[in-house]
Amino acid sequence: MGMKKKLSAKANFFLTVIFVIFVIFLLHLANVYMNAYQLKILNLMAIYGIMAVSLNLINGITGIFSLGHAGFILVGAYTAALLTLTPEQKEISFIIEPIIPFLKNLHTNFFFATLAGGVLAAFAAFLVGWPVLRLAGDYLAIASLGFAEVIRILALNLRSVTNGALGLKGIPEYTNTWWAWGWLFVTVLFIGSLVNSSYGRALKAIREDRIAAEEMGINVFKHQLLSFVIGGFFAGISGSLYAHWLTTIDPRITTLGPMLTFYVLIMIVLGGLGSITGSILGAMIFAILFEWFRRFEEPFTFFGIEVPGIKGMRILIISVIFILVMIFWQRGLMGRTELTWNNLYRWIFARRGGEKS
Amino acid sequence: MTATLVLQNIFNGIMLGGLYALIAVGYTMVYGILRLINFAHGDIMMMGIYFAFYAVALLSLPIWLAFIVAILGSALLGFLIDRVAYKPLRNAPRISALITAIGMSFFLESFAVVVFGANYKSFLKVFGEHKEILRKYILIGNARLPVLTILVISITALSLLFLFWIVYKTKIGMAMRAISSDIPTTALMGVNVDMVIGFTFALGSALAAISGIMWAMRYPNFFPYTGFMPGLKAFIAAVFGGIGSIPGAVLGGFLLGMIEILTVSLVPQVMEYKDAFAFVILIIVLLVKPSGLMGQKMIEKV
Repeated sequence: MGMKKKLSAKANFFLTVIFVIFVIFLLHLANVYMNAYQLKILNLMAIYGIMAVSLNLINGITGIFSLGHAGFILVGAYTAALLTLTPEQKEISFIIEPIIPFLKNLHTNFFFATLAGGVLAAFAAFLVGWPVLRLAGDYLAIASLGFAEVIRILALNLRSVTNGALGLKGIPEYTNTWWAWGWLFVTVLFIGSLVNSSYGRALKAIREDRIAAEEMGINVFKHQLLSFVIGGFFAGISGSLYAHWLTTIDPRITTLGPMLTFYVLIMIVLGGLGSITGSILGAMIFAILFEWFRRFEEPFTFFGIEVPGIKGMRILIISVIFILVMIFWQRGLMGRTELTWNNLYRWIFARRGGEKS
Repeated sequence: MTATLVLQNIFNGIMLGGLYALIAVGYTMVYGILRLINFAHGDIMMMGIYFAFYAVALLSLPIWLAFIVAILGSALLGFLIDRVAYKPLRNAPRISALITAIGMSFFLESFAVVVFGANYKSFLKVFGEHKEILRKYILIGNARLPVLTILVISITALSLLFLFWIVYKTKIGMAMRAISSDIPTTALMGVNVDMVIGFTFALGSALAAISGIMWAMRYPNFFPYTGFMPGLKAFIAAVFGGIGSIPGAVLGGFLLGMIEILTVSLVPQVMEYKDAFAFVILIIVLLVKPSGLMGQKMIEKV
């Protein structure tokens, strides 16, 4: 016996640093050896990862069932894109109504544009959260979905700011591996530390039992709003990265509308509601599957039979998988557990210990 | 506003409200029994439109028969959705059932994209050379009263009367009301709970299809996401009236329809934002009177 149940804090930190260096090395290799298409998917994984981790903070960890994530992603995407587009580009592309002069001349680099996207999205989350968080359960779900729709309708109609249905085109393709994965790292670091702090424990207490948490002296509304705003901030960050990955954004249902919220919901359900590492895994799996299923939308052979490609097939397959996961495998990949060094250590050695006895 | 215009707007408001009401009762019945927002309900309405469209376009059925086939088909679809997706989750946390319902909605939309195509189709095709009937109107004073409006209002009224008859005058209606207050006790009384729940889904879906078909006569261009907005708004109508209460859903539907039409006609500038009203109303109702106009107050327990 005498086996330690936990790793020391020092070992934990050390392992994390090695892991991060290892990931940086892998990303460097990917940058050297992968082709442009593979790199795009690699970056998309990180963007989806940020979307999933931030929604998971709201839905999985605080237990607020929000369906408004796409609204905050949209705010981040438009804010950042308007800041990185040059005044000349904006002048040319705003055909329906000219852009507000003040916005036209506003211009900054990618980092500050992304940060601004995050801040504005956080502000939107604050405005939406204030009324919505007074509701509970299913009502909150519908109300947040509704507010995301209101944001989308605004983006569609405030033509001198957003260029209406035409959207923004020619956004510089700034999102490379370092930006995407770097921001994912910041997101995980921030939300991870938050979850492990006393704030995080309060958030989980609210998830488990809102009324009991209130009786214990936790200011439920304040904590929920905090979680909502932080989730909104990182949704905005991911929106900026997404806009500079797509290079074209518009306010359609299928691009920055409810459809995107559903995608992120699938990621966090697949990874396990309440697990940050699970969300990242879910996001990666989703990004890969979604790309891989593209083959069903192009002509393919199935047991020697030529099948013509069918548009929308991959979304159909994804939705079937989603329903099956919900019916048969509700905890997803990770449930509420995290993939930490301590848990890995325990799994490996607990098993070996079992064999000995 | 002239008297003519007022009359015209009232007709339009009643019509739109009736369409919302027919969808809203489906939400409220399912919520009353299972405490589940059946997210896919708006998409069942959309499927009803496609069923009717293809019953004429592919099977060349006469219009009235095609509509009956579409309504029955939607009822069957609603029943199957409950059996396949919701029944396995009866004892799971409520949020799981809600997520599954979202998945179901997503499934029906993408199913429609794959099978029927993503492009808009025109429901006018169903009427072929008879499509002029949709444009006929009667003059009352100077107000134009379209024949379609009369048709929609009377069919809505008949459908709702039929629904009230089922819920309040028949044995299965009694079982539905019993289940909505206490499932285990009702089961002990010898009621086949799953059958009754399945019947509730079928009934709600049939009404959604009726609404969908009339919706498509009024707004003929439809596509796989046509059910999304009316579905959300009808849900809001159900909350407005007090979720779980059938008369409440009807009242909520008519009020929402009226408010939408009247606001747009009084302040035409907000036309583009009309889809946003419903959500603002939802928030106000939920903050001021969460139980809705006719709903029962629910107390949250630890």
